[in-house]
Amino acid sequence: MKTILRTGAILSAVLVAAPAFAQDLTFWSWRQEDRAAYEQFIDTFEAANPGITVTFETFEATNYNTILSTALAGGTGPDVMMVRAYGGLENVAVAGYLEELTTESVPALAEFAAPAIAAESVRADSKIYAVPFASQTQLVIYNATIFADNGIEEPQTWDELMAASQKLKDAGIIPFANGTATAWQNETVTFGLGSSLMGKEFYDELMAGTADFTDARFTSALTSVNELAQEYFPDGFIGLDYPSAQQLFSSGMAAMFVGGSYELATFKAQNPDIELGVFAAPGETAEDAKLVGLYFDGGYAVNAATPNKEAAITFVNYLASQEFGQAFANTLNNISTIPNVTFDNPLLAEVNELNQSSIPYLMLAHFRYGEPSGSVLIQAEMQKLFSGETTPEAIGEALTTGLAAWYEPFQN
Amino acid sequence: MPQFRMTGRGLWITVLIVPPLCFVALFIVYPIISAFAYAFFDWQGLRRLDFVGLENFHTVLFVEPYRSWTLNAFKNNIIVFFALMVLQNGLGFILAYALWRELPGARFHRIAVFLPVVLSTIIVAYLFKLFYHPLFGVVNISLKSIGLGEWAQPWLGQSGTALWSIIAAQAWHMVGFPTLVFLAGMQRIPGEILDAVRMETESEWVKITKIVWPLVAPSATIVFTLLFVGAFNWFELPYIMGGLDGSPFGSTDVLGLYFYRTAFGNVSAGQQDFGLGSALAVLIFIFIAAIAAVITTRLRAREIQL
Repeated sequence: MKTILRTGAILSAVLVAAPAFAQDLTFWSWRQEDRAAYEQFIDTFEAANPGITVTFETFEATNYNTILSTALAGGTGPDVMMVRAYGGLENVAVAGYLEELTTESVPALAEFAAPAIAAESVRADSKIYAVPFASQTQLVIYNATIFADNGIEEPQTWDELMAASQKLKDAGIIPFANGTATAWQNETVTFGLGSSLMGKEFYDELMAGTADFTDARFTSALTSVNELAQEYFPDGFIGLDYPSAQQLFSSGMAAMFVGGSYELATFKAQNPDIELGVFAAPGETAEDAKLVGLYFDGGYAVNAATPNKEAAITFVNYLASQEFGQAFANTLNNISTIPNVTFDNPLLAEVNELNQSSIPYLMLAHFRYGEPSGSVLIQAEMQKLFSGETTPEAIGEALTTGLAAWYEPFQN
Repeated sequence: MPQFRMTGRGLWITVLIVPPLCFVALFIVYPIISAFAYAFFDWQGLRRLDFVGLENFHTVLFVEPYRSWTLNAFKNNIIVFFALMVLQNGLGFILAYALWRELPGARFHRIAVFLPVVLSTIIVAYLFKLFYHPLFGVVNISLKSIGLGEWAQPWLGQSGTALWSIIAAQAWHMVGFPTLVFLAGMQRIPGEILDAVRMETESEWVKITKIVWPLVAPSATIVFTLLFVGAFNWFELPYIMGGLDGSPFGSTDVLGLYFYRTAFGNVSAGQQDFGLGSALAVLIFIFIAAIAAVITTRLRAREIQL
């Protein structure tokens, strides 16, 4: 009897301790569509790091934040995980669930661009909590075949953009596929089209606290965006949802789509024959800097409570390496944030080129840290503008007073 | 001896009752109580901080922007309740009466009316989203084909039509349920009473208002109460057709969506607040429980025992 008990005790001790020896890491993600690619990356990592195994688990994107924070709060979170950027990162990081990353634990972080690092840091103390993985760009995507057939070049001024749209409309083609029934599309349309009109100076002054959203540069940009939408978006675009708008573009019924660089892969998947091009929506004159809206998607973070911290840090170092960045860019057709990655895909190379002249995707990068968020406000206000129930000046007023609830520079 | 038998029976009953009681306590009572408890704490994401008393309740009811969001969602729930009372229960009563009177094709229609109830809400929502599509939707195309092109609307995109479009989808989906309940009520009315009425009057109107309506009062209690609870817990259809934000600009926002957004966050807000979310949940729960209790007692009082 005693022997049986003793053997049992030893066995169970081994069972409990086993995971610590084998260094099994769980790695959570919301990118279900990227599973095959990630498994390949993990194979590469495991081959180079014997003794560490990584299990990749994915969850539905819209509920990922909820699932992750519930798991972390319950102490059942993963060892390594994808986290969002900006306000979404702060939600998990401030609660103390994430391990702080430094240039000592992950040396490669020293080489990353400052905005990328900022996206994965907590504003209060600038501590880094994740390795940023991809940037996304808000710009205009166009159907190159339709442009060529109608003799249209990438527009250099806002008037040229309007003229090109008119030409397409006369030819019976819907100039822009976008619809605004899906709330977040309003934000995409506003900054995808309006960033160059607002201009870098406006952005800098806004950040310095010397300008707010009642600024004429901002409101006149909204006026132009609205004029273009009323004229050149599909009939009834305010009732057109996001998936329908994507279909209009990928089926070739519409010539342009204001959206993120993440759409490029979707359009190619929906219609493999489509020839795509990208440009930054122009400003008033050809001399105005052509700006795209740039933001960072998310990062790879380590659970502060993981028993396998060493292995997790090793894995995150791999995720910050140039080898991984190159594989990431080549396989997933995404703009890796890792410095000195080159792009096989000419379209991605072009997006990367456009990124050199950018302002941050405004509301996401700076105004999603409190309630009401700038995104929620601009989405609702633009829907009002598009249905003729408000004016750009009133929007400037509504944004400034709404954000003043928590954004200190506006509280005066 | 009888006493022993009682204990045996008591034991037997205890054995049968305890497991389900534990189940209910663990999965129903405990979550409700913990939601109540959550509402009294400050939260940072999902981490519980200090006890804050009624602060969260105060915030969702009186502090901007929450105050106007709460009022707006509540107002929409009220619209939904009254609209469905007419479109779903009112129409349900008329349909039930028509089916009960066995108008031609009653057998076919009994199934046809109830069929949509069986469909999944997700399917209904997507179906109607397609119907309302501004470019290819059957609603706009039909209007254009009969020469009413100017009536074609971006139904789900404008504040004036979005909520009503979703209400119409809900009424179509669920009208079969009150119909069935009313029909069952009508079929319980004894034949003698109906024969007696026939001696007095030929008027359908008198028959409905003086006989049928009072006698189906128990059915009315059931469908009114369920509609009330359903209307204030409404979530699936507006979530799929209008989105989590109650697009466009809050015109399809209801308490269910607003609660979900506040407690769990959405991509655009980036904020999660369990405390405020729980406070909302508690308020919704108390409101529904209180009003449903009043409705039930009031309506019970006017029921006639046959």
